[in-house]
Amino acid sequence: MTMATRTVLPYLLIGLLGLIAPYAAPAFRVQLALLWMMILFALTWDLGGGQMGYNSFGNVLFFGIGCYVPAVIQRDVFFRVEEYTFLGSAPPAVKYFAGFTLGLALAVGVAAVVAAVVGSGILGLRGHYFAICTLGVSVAAGEIASGWDYIGAGSGMVAPIFPGPPGQAGLFFYYVLFVLTVICFFTLKWLYGTRFGLAINAIRDDEDKAEAMGLHTTRYKIVAWCVAAVFLAPAGGAFGHLNNFIDRDVAFPGATVGVWMVLMAVLGGKGTLWGPVVGATIFHVTQELFWTYFLHWQRVALGLLIVVIVVFFPLGIMGWLRERWPEKFGETVDPVTLGESR
Amino acid sequence: MLDNLFLLWNAPVLSVQLLVDGILIGAIFALAAYGMALVWGVMDIINIAQGEFVMLGGYVTFFLATAGVHPLYTVPLAAAALYCLGWGLYRLVVFRIVDQDMFISILATFGISISLQQLANELFQADVRTAESGLGSFFLADGLVVVSQIKVVAFFSALALGAGLFLFLKTSRLGRAIRATAQNARAARIMGIDTDRVFATTFALNAAICGAAGSLVVMTWLIHPYLGLAYTLRSFMIVTVAGLGNMGGVAFASLGLGAAENFAGFILGTEYQAAFVFSLLVVILMWRNLRLGRQRKHLK
Repeated sequence: MTMATRTVLPYLLIGLLGLIAPYAAPAFRVQLALLWMMILFALTWDLGGGQMGYNSFGNVLFFGIGCYVPAVIQRDVFFRVEEYTFLGSAPPAVKYFAGFTLGLALAVGVAAVVAAVVGSGILGLRGHYFAICTLGVSVAAGEIASGWDYIGAGSGMVAPIFPGPPGQAGLFFYYVLFVLTVICFFTLKWLYGTRFGLAINAIRDDEDKAEAMGLHTTRYKIVAWCVAAVFLAPAGGAFGHLNNFIDRDVAFPGATVGVWMVLMAVLGGKGTLWGPVVGATIFHVTQELFWTYFLHWQRVALGLLIVVIVVFFPLGIMGWLRERWPEKFGETVDPVTLGESR
Repeated sequence: MLDNLFLLWNAPVLSVQLLVDGILIGAIFALAAYGMALVWGVMDIINIAQGEFVMLGGYVTFFLATAGVHPLYTVPLAAAALYCLGWGLYRLVVFRIVDQDMFISILATFGISISLQQLANELFQADVRTAESGLGSFFLADGLVVVSQIKVVAFFSALALGAGLFLFLKTSRLGRAIRATAQNARAARIMGIDTDRVFATTFALNAAICGAAGSLVVMTWLIHPYLGLAYTLRSFMIVTVAGLGNMGGVAFASLGLGAAENFAGFILGTEYQAAFVFSLLVVILMWRNLRLGRQRKHLK
């Protein structure tokens, strides 16, 4: 096996698995779709939290915007309210998909603008001030959504019914989320290899020094947040349409999904490319088990899980592997410099 | 929204009502915020489970009151129960994160917060609870301003608790040890202070203060399992505005926040009151950042 096949093979295998999974396990289509969404959550969180050192609890803001914008577009531009509530026949497919596509495009735009505006305000904050501030942002967004009549206030919004036989919706949104996550993964992989990746790593390691070296740190931080927003928004759009119902708790789950994003990345190993993927997969599968066997107690268990992982396993899986076998990760330890540093 | 503003303009006595109510609730915020400042200052931990301590203190009072005890007598019991919980949590989890990165402590206490919140939700149900104190109301300005007596009692209890804690920290031997540890934990250890015990006491004391605050909350307003985060974020906001270690500032910021929240609830409508609190947090942090940025530019 040559080097090239060895690097490409895992991607091909995972890609193939992702393509056939909904047919191999049709009963779990929605769960599998959510698995890809979780991976996307962890990846986009890690861009800010792991690679840049800006631990955000507020990334659900963009997810929520992504939930609401397409639903509003469908309601105001493509469908009349009567067509929503009329359960008998599915709406015409062309209209549905046109509305969905336009909605996603707009959601990406809105989320990017919000990320730039909010980000330029709060990305200057450091450390725990940033973390708590983003927590405030996500909770505030949820509260505003639950009071704003235009987007349904407390009673929420409904997306139009998916055109096509039941079960088809799961398949469609599975592939939407799958493709989105794959694009996200490769975009981030590419980004981390560029100057941009080095810059955000420099910000994580020592922001003052990075600034002193002439990096426009705030610009880099805002761009990183916008990239996260651009991927989170369409994920939100797909999830909102898949779930068919959107309210505060679905769109802005700051105290649940907002924390899971962090947990998944930490579990897998923050600051690595594969860590979030591994962490999200393990987390999602475990969570599904908790749902099944610990009915009602799963959230308590989740809280304990956070404590245990963070306190006893802060390096995460990839971090631990890296510490155990540094040479497999391309890190060379030069005995001479090691001797000198001692 | 404008209608409400006009209403305030035409009937100034409404403002008095809002102000009084706000200031009375503000004293309770001050307790939780003071606890947060204590833990933050001494242990360098931002405790996200702060609001959950408040909530649990409220439940202690609620259940004792349902059992027939007058709720006012349960304040020390709630504090004692939460002191034990705080001590236990320190011995189980918190001592492991004292020297760690701030991010780890935030995430770990977030985990504790989620567990406690969900535990309360499972054990006590999600219903909104309140404990009747059986006290009446004061009618001022020909009955236009109504102040319930329990709120006044709660206000003064909060003040007394705060003052008691202040005196404890200033005068007692343990209080001095706590302040010494806050100044420099390493030096304190060299001087023979058992910092681990100091940390445990600090964390437990914080939980006890929050428990007492929660006990006052359930008598004056209401509690439910999910109210924790709001108290945590309020405390953080108050401490940030006042500055760490500024006791008078904490009191003023709390009373101000209570009043501002009440006015916002009236003007924007109660559905936006919570949104106002959290948005205010974001705005305050942004403003602080701008101010610090300006100072930094000034330095060069």
